[in-house]
Amino acid sequence: MLRYTLRRLVGAIPTLLVIATLAFFLLHAAPGGPFDSAKRIPPDILQNIQARYHLDEPLGLQYLRYLGNLARGDLGPSYVYRSTSVNQIVAQGLPVDATVGLTALALALLIGGAIGVNAAVRRSTGWDYVLMTLAVLGISLPVFVIAPLLILVFAIDLHWLPAGDWVVGSLSHLVLPAVALALPYIAYVARMMRASTIEVLASPFIRTAQAKGLPPRLVLWRHALRPTLTPMISFLGPAIAGLITGSIVVETIFGLPGIGRYFVTAALNRDYTLVMGITVLYGVLIIAFNLLADLCYAWIDPRVRLR
Amino acid sequence: MSIGVPREDPSDTMAAPPGAPIAPATAGSGSFWYLAARRLAAQRLAVAAAIVLGIIVIACVLIPIYSPYDYYTTHLDEIARSPSWVGGHILGTDPLGRDMLVRVMWGCRISLGVGVAASLVSILIGVAWGAVAGYAGGLVDGLMMRAVDILYSVPFVPFVIVLTVLFGRELWLIFVAIGAVSWLDIARIVRGETLSLKQREFVEAARVAGVRGSAMIRRHIVPNLMGIVVVYATLTIPTVILFEAFLSFLGLGVQSPMASLGSMVSDGAGEMQPHPYLLVVPAVLLSVIIICFNYLGDGLRDALDPRDR
Repeated sequence: MLRYTLRRLVGAIPTLLVIATLAFFLLHAAPGGPFDSAKRIPPDILQNIQARYHLDEPLGLQYLRYLGNLARGDLGPSYVYRSTSVNQIVAQGLPVDATVGLTALALALLIGGAIGVNAAVRRSTGWDYVLMTLAVLGISLPVFVIAPLLILVFAIDLHWLPAGDWVVGSLSHLVLPAVALALPYIAYVARMMRASTIEVLASPFIRTAQAKGLPPRLVLWRHALRPTLTPMISFLGPAIAGLITGSIVVETIFGLPGIGRYFVTAALNRDYTLVMGITVLYGVLIIAFNLLADLCYAWIDPRVRLR
Repeated sequence: MSIGVPREDPSDTMAAPPGAPIAPATAGSGSFWYLAARRLAAQRLAVAAAIVLGIIVIACVLIPIYSPYDYYTTHLDEIARSPSWVGGHILGTDPLGRDMLVRVMWGCRISLGVGVAASLVSILIGVAWGAVAGYAGGLVDGLMMRAVDILYSVPFVPFVIVLTVLFGRELWLIFVAIGAVSWLDIARIVRGETLSLKQREFVEAARVAGVRGSAMIRRHIVPNLMGIVVVYATLTIPTVILFEAFLSFLGLGVQSPMASLGSMVSDGAGEMQPHPYLLVVPAVLLSVIIICFNYLGDGLRDALDPRDR
């Protein structure tokens, strides 16, 4: 297990290198720079600014410098938010993303799981069709359609919840963004859970449990549930990463101070270091959660051999 | 979904007892596509979805041509009319007095166009990549699939945002950007299929006859992949449409005065307080298109995907 983890971590290095390199050269190939603005900056001041951020050096040197800093965990200074480092911006934004994302994940697993198992047990009944139609709706409705509708109903019409903004520790500010983010994942989990439950319920060991006279509830909870969860785990890694990166729209609509919102403005402002920093961070998150999911998979299902 | 109602296996007729009346062997009755079409026709939801999509396509082609209005001219004397049968604006007008029906139909044109074009790009790349990797095998396969693995860890949403921000917001760039990032799944599926096709007798026979390399892939492998390719194309289109809508929602996609469904949802969300129809009309249309593609794709998968049988 330890050797496998180490090997995967070493294997992640070229992936990260590809991500950082792609981001670096893409941004530097683009027309326009962070210090082009409507105001004309006097040439000597521009020169000072460029020297300050090492933009006057040859591209290769800038690239190596960037990789060196990255290796030490330093994402560099932001070009637009002067006197703020990218690390500080990330440190401010990431807790918001994590809170919303993990709440959404919990909702998706609990509600989606319950829906999926229920539909599987009541397979081919009206219930099943209604639930699965809702699931297709959930997958098909984009977050940016659901979110304004949620605001319209629960914030503007009913005045139950705030329409946006973020107050640390406030549950009522968390509900709408988390639900909007969770809905497609609830639908996804429900479909997966239904399929895997149906598959497990058809297997011989379940028939044995039924044959020895166990009540259906016990068969479901004690025998069927655990094997149905294994496919969920391999879904979890990409899902967590997707929830964290996918919150860009939710952050924009609800005005949350997460890193996704910074990302779009940073790209528009050509804030190279901030864009690269967030991209690399997303890459790290995706790789980390995929690894974590694979490890959990092997831990839960001993038949899985890690290679 | 892999578990469904058990289907009748058409190969059962082969096991008919001797003496049973032999079914008339009409030409083509056993062909792959004929059977697939019959299986698809049996799925009413998928057929209904296809019909709805057909109606939307026809409407969005014809309505902008025959409507007296266009998508860009502002009429300041007809601002934000609510939908009504009288007055000529069935779906009302937006805050600049532009006819909503025509705008929403242009939005469908853009969304469907981007969806189909970007899916074509992703399928071309994915099929070529997967078929070559699967057929070549060995070191080439290992390297090509390792590249796919690496790309799976690349956070694509940021990359596409960066691409569209930096290199102008032109429509063709959106096709390419989305297409270039969504081919990974198809490449994996195609590779898996190719691996099994490679072992079949007809491929072996072709090899004995002297067909090699690229000709084999083009003439014998790819035609036999068309089933799964059609399925995953249908399932790629809605994700691409959603992605374009997402970019337009952030203001990075189609630029005003041109409308896409995503940008109209975005505009409508800002105006939903006094005029909810500005949000509801494009949102419903976008959702209907995506739902239909999802149902059609599910139906096609049940009808065509050999791994489900």
